[in-house]
Amino acid sequence: MSANNREILVRLDHVTRAYGQGERRFIAVKDINLEIYTGEFVALLGPSGCGKSTLLRMITGLIAPTEGTVYYRGRPVTGVNPYATMVFQSFALYPWLTVRDNVALALEARGEPPVVRRERAEKLIDLVGMDGFESAYPRELSGGMRQKVGFARALAVEPELLCLDEPFSALDVLSAEALRGELLELWTGGQLPIRAVLMVSHNIEEAISMADRIVVMGTQPGHIVAEFSIDLPHPRQRKDLAFEALVDRIYGAIAGHTEPEAKEVGTAPGAPGPTRILPASSVPALAGMLEHINQGKGRHDLYKLDDELGIEMDALLQTVEMAEMLGFAQVESGDIQITPLGQTFAEASILTRKEIFASRVRRLPMIQWLMNMLKAVPEHTLPWKVFHAALSLEFPPDLAERQLDIAIGWGRYAELIDYDDRGETLSLDPSQGRVAEPVR
Amino acid sequence: MPQRTFRPPLPGGLLFSRNDAIILLLVGTLIYFGVRLAFNAPAVIQGPDIILEPAVLPYYALLSLGRMLAAYALSITFSILYGYTAARRPGASRWLMPILDVLQSVPILSFLPVVLLSLTAILPQRLAVELAAIILIFTSQAWNLTFSFYQSMITLPRELREAAAIFRLSAWLRFRALELPFAALGLIWNSVMSWAGGWFFLMAAEIFTLGSRDFRLPGLGAYLQTAASQGNTPALLYGIGTLVLIIVLLDQLVWRPLLAWAERFNVSQVENDQPATSWFLNVLRRSHLMDGFSQWLVAPVSRAINTAFNRPAQIIPSLEPAENIMPRPLARRFLRGLGFGLLLLGLGLGAYEAAQLLLTLPLQSWLTIAAGALATFLRVALAVVIALLWTIPVGVLIGTNARAARVLQPVVQIFAAIPATALFPVLLLGLLSLPGGGNIAAVLLMLLGTQWYLLFNVIAGASAIPQDLKYTSALLGLKRWRRWRILILPALFPYIITGLITASGGAWNASIVAEYTHFAGKTQQVTGLGALITDSTASGNYALLLASTLTMILIVVLVNRLFWRRLYRLAEYRYRMDQ
Repeated sequence: MSANNREILVRLDHVTRAYGQGERRFIAVKDINLEIYTGEFVALLGPSGCGKSTLLRMITGLIAPTEGTVYYRGRPVTGVNPYATMVFQSFALYPWLTVRDNVALALEARGEPPVVRRERAEKLIDLVGMDGFESAYPRELSGGMRQKVGFARALAVEPELLCLDEPFSALDVLSAEALRGELLELWTGGQLPIRAVLMVSHNIEEAISMADRIVVMGTQPGHIVAEFSIDLPHPRQRKDLAFEALVDRIYGAIAGHTEPEAKEVGTAPGAPGPTRILPASSVPALAGMLEHINQGKGRHDLYKLDDELGIEMDALLQTVEMAEMLGFAQVESGDIQITPLGQTFAEASILTRKEIFASRVRRLPMIQWLMNMLKAVPEHTLPWKVFHAALSLEFPPDLAERQLDIAIGWGRYAELIDYDDRGETLSLDPSQGRVAEPVR
Repeated sequence: MPQRTFRPPLPGGLLFSRNDAIILLLVGTLIYFGVRLAFNAPAVIQGPDIILEPAVLPYYALLSLGRMLAAYALSITFSILYGYTAARRPGASRWLMPILDVLQSVPILSFLPVVLLSLTAILPQRLAVELAAIILIFTSQAWNLTFSFYQSMITLPRELREAAAIFRLSAWLRFRALELPFAALGLIWNSVMSWAGGWFFLMAAEIFTLGSRDFRLPGLGAYLQTAASQGNTPALLYGIGTLVLIIVLLDQLVWRPLLAWAERFNVSQVENDQPATSWFLNVLRRSHLMDGFSQWLVAPVSRAINTAFNRPAQIIPSLEPAENIMPRPLARRFLRGLGFGLLLLGLGLGAYEAAQLLLTLPLQSWLTIAAGALATFLRVALAVVIALLWTIPVGVLIGTNARAARVLQPVVQIFAAIPATALFPVLLLGLLSLPGGGNIAAVLLMLLGTQWYLLFNVIAGASAIPQDLKYTSALLGLKRWRRWRILILPALFPYIITGLITASGGAWNASIVAEYTHFAGKTQQVTGLGALITDSTASGNYALLLASTLTMILIVVLVNRLFWRRLYRLAEYRYRMDQ
């Protein structure tokens, strides 16, 4: 489609979405401005918790923005957007309906008579290559086949805007790759009435191989970090140099760069200033990553790390953030550089590692806050609930719980904090991070 | 019979809140109004004669079954409406679920006398008794069904709900294609439970003698009690045989096929290793008759229902929202406030009047109530302990030993199918002549009514012990007692608690019929709260009736809240294997 007859299909105007109220308000995405044009395939990319799914649900009208407006063809979206449809990560097929009935249900909702429903359903099932499976139940199908039915159902309502919520992330590698190819073929072949595609993804290569434009989002609160236009010709080759360069650049945008320590660690809960969310990673993952980088040149392309370590981008980013927070590594334009401290940690024995870790973890405001609260009471013991309630003023309850779990995990490893599962209490570890010499 | 492992729904939150207090007050006031109505009940009531000819058994069986069906239809309708409202109306669950929670722990039989008397005061006698039986069965069937439906509604996976919204399913289509199928499996399992409970209470409710008032309904329960009362052993055997036959037929021809059919509503996306099977369903599926039936009858009817209910979204949709979220008009808010105020006023008045009535009761009566409560409490505890003592070893044997399971399981299931109240007259026949026979019979009835819940839970728990843990304890050489202490008992703990909660509730219930019996023309009672309730109804001491009914409700609710719920949480939190 040529650039001059492009119209704006979707426009987000200063859109903010918050959960909870008053003190407990948690902002998922903040002040988003974005336009989607006809003929475009846009990918939303970002680490988990950046609000990309929230954004998608506001565009389809499933949830309403707290501030700002979503416009569709110039009109504000105030209910479920009838011109948009969605393909879900978990497929969201009704397990008690056959393939045919799942597709036909979308047509029945529009009041089509039974004959038309049947005919159109069969046609769509043919289109996605599922003929022969019309009367199968979803549980009899593989993930890839289920998602094909998900696509057929989405296409049944003849949407203008096709929204994809990580549609390939629940599939095995091969099925995902095959399905991506088939979707691209349908999209670029112009066989569909669809005017634009919006895909949420956390897989950089997937986004580059499919999209015309990539919107990168960041966390705390969710916001747009950067946009990239992709004008590589289809089919795009992953080993292509231009492709790899893009992966590197986008990884750099997502991972950001290491901030000065004060900003990197944030402030304590309740104190003024933003409380940094602890990355959901663990000491073994951190040690594994640092060892791997240390075995190389000490500087590494981030985008190559996830493949080499065999983990998802999201898990990698969390571990990288943990390393940055503790001062074990620095991130700059898509590269990770191990610090001398990180090097010592990677090469140390188990006990020394514990000591280094304890000395670094002590500096984190969240851990300091935990320990100060414990020091202030007799017996140095407080129920878990107290901390959870306090953290819930800062985060939604489930996030507060996960944050507390992470903090306890790190504190336990550092032998600073003890957790008693029976009484659900936290207490100060008497050894306070000073590791005893092993008995000989 | 399908295995019953029933998990009582215990919502989280505070152990006892202000809402609970208000709700208890509400229940108390309702019972008070029932008692007030009961003042006007006729003094002498004579029920129809029960014929002991075996030839009338099919007719009696049909009557009993009809009552069960009527109550079940009422229960299902209530469950869906109530559960739906609680799950969908914002804020509704804050009130509706605690009300349900109190209602389900109220011993149902404790208000049978009140219901019977108050209905006879306002309705023709035959209709009143019929209605009382149906209400009683309803109260035994509805709560767990409602909890199950509500639970389904609030656990609907988010993406399935979003798909319904995205594809703009109408309310009816959403109910038919998403909500009802998702809730179906839970509803069917709970229906099986509800029917078992329903039989128990129907057998007790068909004959109820209160002094010179003799309430009876022609039916299987009345037949059994009359046969026992007259010492007519052949009739007794015919009656029990018919009852067992009906229950087995229902199981084979209704519940099992339904459960096997409902496997399709299992949401887990993997194939079940051991899906429920039913020979009858297979026969149905293979028969041509069924094809014709579904093609010529079921399909057109369901199409007609669909066209009637389905209001499709507009084909050319507009972007305007379907339902405009407008601020609630002032008039409606005012009316709501007024309604609520009137309700509170009525509550306050009722509570005041109830308190007045209770104040007329001398101290002596309160002491009697306390003594009775203690006696019943001890009986309940004894029944539960006996049940524990035999069900744990037997349950573990069945649950861990495939050969024992093959032999014992069917036997146990047949026995469990017989409602304890049907056997009670037989017990009385044998025991009443013995010294302390009344006490033994009462404890036995409680035991009969409650032990099966425990047994089935123990079996489920024992068969759920992971093989790895069994191997580990074998490798560690754990023997006998240590094996029990370290592996088996902790693994069974959540299941035993689950069983005990249901069992003790059932035992309190049974006390009403167990402690006060009218048998072979003689009335016999032992000291107990259950006996007090029935006795005070018979003698027309309405203050005592209100006091003892409220006491029983309060005891059961408090024991549930302060004791069982804590244990249940502990069990859920620490001893769950499938985390």
